[in-house]
Amino acid sequence: MSEVKYSKEHEWIKLDGDVAIIGITKHATEMLGDIVFAELPEKGSSVEKDGTAGVVESTKAASDVYTPVSGEVVDTNQAIVDDPSKINQDPEDSAWFFKLKIKDPSEMDTLMNKEDYDKFAKETSA
Amino acid sequence: METKKTSLYQLHQDCNAKFVEFAGYRMPIQYSEGIVEEHKFTRNHSGIFDVSHMGQLFIYGGEDLIKDLEKIFPLDLKNLKLNHSKYSFLMDKDAGIHDDLIITKTNEGFLIILNAACKNNDFKILKEFLEDKYKMVLDENRSLIAIQGPKSSEILNDVINGVKDLNFMSGNWFTFENQKIYITRSGYTGEDGFEISIVNNFVDKLTRELINKGSKLIGLGARDTLRLEAGLCLYGHDLDKDKTPVEANLKWAISKERISKGDFIGSDIIIKQLNDGVSKIRVGIKPEGRIIAREKTKIFNQSDVHIGEITSGTFGPSVNGPVAMGYVENEFSKKNTKVFLEVRGKKHPASICSLPFYKKSYVKGVN
Repeated sequence: MSEVKYSKEHEWIKLDGDVAIIGITKHATEMLGDIVFAELPEKGSSVEKDGTAGVVESTKAASDVYTPVSGEVVDTNQAIVDDPSKINQDPEDSAWFFKLKIKDPSEMDTLMNKEDYDKFAKETSA
Repeated sequence: METKKTSLYQLHQDCNAKFVEFAGYRMPIQYSEGIVEEHKFTRNHSGIFDVSHMGQLFIYGGEDLIKDLEKIFPLDLKNLKLNHSKYSFLMDKDAGIHDDLIITKTNEGFLIILNAACKNNDFKILKEFLEDKYKMVLDENRSLIAIQGPKSSEILNDVINGVKDLNFMSGNWFTFENQKIYITRSGYTGEDGFEISIVNNFVDKLTRELINKGSKLIGLGARDTLRLEAGLCLYGHDLDKDKTPVEANLKWAISKERISKGDFIGSDIIIKQLNDGVSKIRVGIKPEGRIIAREKTKIFNQSDVHIGEITSGTFGPSVNGPVAMGYVENEFSKKNTKVFLEVRGKKHPASICSLPFYKKSYVKGVN
């Protein structure tokens, strides 16, 4: 499995062959607060890089979830829809959002590595 | 205008508060545990809310003041007992609501608790109506905290002996560190609790003592989810100048005796609406499933006709699901009426329900 990459919209993405697993970062969950609702893309649908691919809501507000790369949705994590608090508990592992069969592997190159993302997150939240 | 801080600002920082600007004040929206935990802690134990941004208006006077205030508020103030409180509104001549408030009869006149965003305007309106006849003090030297939840009576009584004997919607003067403090048994969470008016210099000490006894600071975020579960209105959202108390389904707060005579600001419209009915009315709305319908969400009937709008909507941690209230055309206001809420372009089923979503446990008392 490849290195984890990060988007400016606070998603993480992990590539396994041509399938990417995508979720939101711990930093994102800390900014959102308690997540109480999650909506995921439909299985079989196509999503475009930087397009909306879901919604999370905290007690305070709704936020869109974007996809960092384009592809076809091959799986979604029903467990986080049934119990959205799982996203706060384990955002960067078991509380993944959806899996994509990716269209263009070169889109991965536009994303940040962990070190750059951590720096970005720190700067933008200051 | 510079953002104000309350006297508990340092304590909020010590408790890792996240702050937001609210009505010109820097207020804690939540602390480290988060809104859901804070909400549940209040329901199960005891939570302390800094509401010092709210206005504490003392108006000094006797019989004449009672007569003059009755020309403003739809309340039977001459029969209001000493230290008893009533929920009411400051209306305009069309019965639109300038503010909702709690008015308490004190030994020197009245204490009125006003919303932070409205207090300066309320003061101006009231001063004009009362023609400067009475001493009016919008007291900036006093803080206001609320302690709410089932353990609050025991915790507060440990620090200030005697408060547990207060009845719901009544108050009295007590002392803390030789300071006169005014405590009422009231609140905004649907739980038993108290509101404490205390001079700024002593509020930090009192709050820290209450925390030491097991209560915790709770932010404005949980205050909102608690009040919405309790079916209580938030001014500027569920109430405003375009809505009357009858439309807001708050006619219980209007004195029947005063309606029979009229003669308060907005009485013509109130009486007309009570007799003829209203075209829109505030209702509780329960979305099916987990979708959250927030303020300004459009409400549709089963024939896809736009019939109203959500004015408050969030996730209710004690209900463990979404809760909302809003205004709908009167004919669709019956309990269990099926409606649809437009969220992010899709229509989601919901039904009209009675309020509150979470049942109150106020102490009525025996005396």
